[in-house]
Amino acid sequence: MPQSSQLDRTQAPHIKDATSFELQLKPYTHYTLDNGVEVYAVHAGTQEVLSLDLVFYAGNAYETQNLIAASTNFLLKNGTKNKTAFEINKHFEYYGAYLSRACYNETSTITLHCLTKQLPELLPVVAELITDAVFPDEELQIYQQNMKQRLEVNLRKCDFVATRLIDAYVYGEKHPYGIYSDAADYDQLNRAALQAFYEQYYRNGRCIIFVAGYLPLQIAEALNASIGQLPLNQYQHTQTTHPLMPATQKKYRVNNDPAGVQGAIRMARPFPTRHHPDFPKVQVLNAVFGGFFGSRLMSNIREDKGYTYGIHSYIQNHINNTAWMVSTEAGKDVCEATIEEVYHEMKLLREVPVDQEELQLVRNYLMGTILGDLDGPFHIIGRWKNIILNGLDEQYFYRSVDAIKHTTAEELQELANKYLQPEAFYELVVI
Amino acid sequence: MIHFDRFTLENGLTVLVHRDASTPMAVVNVLYNVGARDEDPGKTGFAHLFEHLMFGGSLHIESYDEPLQLAGGENNAYTTNDLTNYYCQLPAENLETAFWLESDRMLSLAFSKKNLDVQRKVVCEEFKEHYINKPYGDVWHTMRSLAYQTHPYRWMTIGKELKHVEEATLDEVKKFFFKHYTPCNAILVVAGNVQTEQVRQLAEKWFGPIPSGTRYERSLPAEPNQTAARKLEVKADVPLDAFLKTWHMSGRVDQRYYMADLITDILGGGASSRLYQKLVKEQQLFSNIDCYHFGSIDPGVIAIDGKLVKGVRIEDAEKAVEAELDKMRGEKVSEKELEKVKNKTESTITFEDMSVMSRASSLAFYELLGDASLMNTELEKYQAITADQLMDESQRIFANDNSNTLYYLSNQKN
Repeated sequence: MPQSSQLDRTQAPHIKDATSFELQLKPYTHYTLDNGVEVYAVHAGTQEVLSLDLVFYAGNAYETQNLIAASTNFLLKNGTKNKTAFEINKHFEYYGAYLSRACYNETSTITLHCLTKQLPELLPVVAELITDAVFPDEELQIYQQNMKQRLEVNLRKCDFVATRLIDAYVYGEKHPYGIYSDAADYDQLNRAALQAFYEQYYRNGRCIIFVAGYLPLQIAEALNASIGQLPLNQYQHTQTTHPLMPATQKKYRVNNDPAGVQGAIRMARPFPTRHHPDFPKVQVLNAVFGGFFGSRLMSNIREDKGYTYGIHSYIQNHINNTAWMVSTEAGKDVCEATIEEVYHEMKLLREVPVDQEELQLVRNYLMGTILGDLDGPFHIIGRWKNIILNGLDEQYFYRSVDAIKHTTAEELQELANKYLQPEAFYELVVI
Repeated sequence: MIHFDRFTLENGLTVLVHRDASTPMAVVNVLYNVGARDEDPGKTGFAHLFEHLMFGGSLHIESYDEPLQLAGGENNAYTTNDLTNYYCQLPAENLETAFWLESDRMLSLAFSKKNLDVQRKVVCEEFKEHYINKPYGDVWHTMRSLAYQTHPYRWMTIGKELKHVEEATLDEVKKFFFKHYTPCNAILVVAGNVQTEQVRQLAEKWFGPIPSGTRYERSLPAEPNQTAARKLEVKADVPLDAFLKTWHMSGRVDQRYYMADLITDILGGGASSRLYQKLVKEQQLFSNIDCYHFGSIDPGVIAIDGKLVKGVRIEDAEKAVEAELDKMRGEKVSEKELEKVKNKTESTITFEDMSVMSRASSLAFYELLGDASLMNTELEKYQAITADQLMDESQRIFANDNSNTLYYLSNQKN
């Protein structure tokens, strides 16, 4: 080994500065189906798989009774005019496909992951789910029973309880972002209400499609022949506004489990949306604060004090209002000390400029993360989806990259003074 | 088909290279042939604690994370009962940074007292977060010690008790390191936008000078064949009764492993699976139920795991589970159902192989099993399985004497 005698392991190899990378977000193909449904498509990848994501404007912001939006979304694959829930499940699973659905605040989704070659067998059944779902009584009753049981287990978990409560404090218990459900809300669900919500927000609802992966040549024609012929986009889309009703009390200590050995800590402050000019730069500040493994919160509270297995800060991914959140589970006896350290880290960010070495590290880390995250069709379409559903354009992506490269220590300090003020934060511990 | 090149350094380090020029990134994956099964029964949780210590600075480099982050990289690691795996991803131009970092911590850790003190606490919080402070958190602790009497699978990766982690000493840490963290006990996989010749040069430069170490010869006590059913009833402060039953199955390299894997998919792999359809939807005895296994290298267990609908007697729920197992033992699975679970397997493998990181860790895992190219013959092995074999294997696995039953009952009056 001739090299070994010359090898100086204290010397880091030369690196290419990650901020010099030119990051490009691969463009989508856009087309409109006969019924006005817009399709965003990204053809990429080497494995012959795809994801087909149907986004409906059918989130809980549109419901007039708690849980209607989530339950409609969950149950729309549990029976159509022609197929039982079992037959539907068997069909997707026979072709090795995964059909998932999710309900958010503004939107809800039905997502198909499958081998590209199987799409022709699956697309007609996806279309059936959004036109012919019937919400059988027995399916609803099983769902109510099992969801109530699941809720009862979850309510024993401090992190689950804390996540519900902090959102209710920040947005108000009646706001779509803050509302949570109890067993009684499940009891009050009924078939007719689900069916009515479905008719308006799915069957005749507003839908946008995001499709990505190794796409078949005739994907546009195939989507148009099935989804494009459905009675979607039939009503004028109006969204009611929901006033924020934040709590006036800022600090809470909740005892949920007398035998608990850890506390779930949440600290949150209201924050503007992605449209706000501060947003991209605050993402950089958030990274320094608690946004990755090398952040201040992680280094201090996990790697120096050992109070927790992990602590993170992030900006919630909401469309109309959002919050800047700190989240962790810490030993019961060190919860208060943990909160003190979080405030201490805020104070440091307000008072002392981030030094150049740390800033460079955060920049390079964030650039590397985006570079890695632009790899693969599902990641690329995920970024586009976020941009489009937030009413932004690709300049948002480039502004974010620019913020990573150029935000200065002085700007970060200004932003810390503007936003990381303890009195703006709600503070909660659930043991 | 996943292509790769393989070479071995003089010190015994196995190196695999998988090129994928469609990504700007490189992945460096180092697998060490040590897991929780290699621990002393009085010092469990050590392999996992050790994984944490690997980030606390090495002989010449104060911090692992910072230089990697500076190079635009990110990383993580995991420990299982069988192995410990470290992986990082960074822009391919900065590949050498990963070689520098990984080789220095294979050469020697810094063994800082402060790092050990802090990470013991961090791991204790991890233990609490996942296994103590959660309803049903200790179910698998209980089941493992019921199902295994001899083999070290009888404890969890996190450890048998907090005390074992709390009492770990720096001296034990050092011994563990020099026994297991050596080139001849490791597999290095480099994947992504890399060339084999470039990887060879970097590997010779950075890993070549590390002393080989002694090859670890594993001789774990085999779990004797179970000859009588075991049952245990536990009362706990949980809202719902839970049912967990396990049966011993084959190890990872046995052809019968693949049969057991398909059996779990027929019984519990999705909303059209038998247990879900019959027991959750039709009979409404369980609010959820699943059938799964852990893919263990040594002979593992198949588990059926569910929570009962309130008011259902657990004996009745168990009878209904047994009725489904009777069908597995007594009737051939239809061609269509067999085709379904094979299609699902093909799809799962294809989706897993989308990410370079996942391909890299799979290559390392199959190399540990004996040959990385096994990765390319997995699907054939599933395709070759017949309905007759599934019935035979069900009879073998779901024998009463081979079973371990846990009634995990709510002590709350409802």
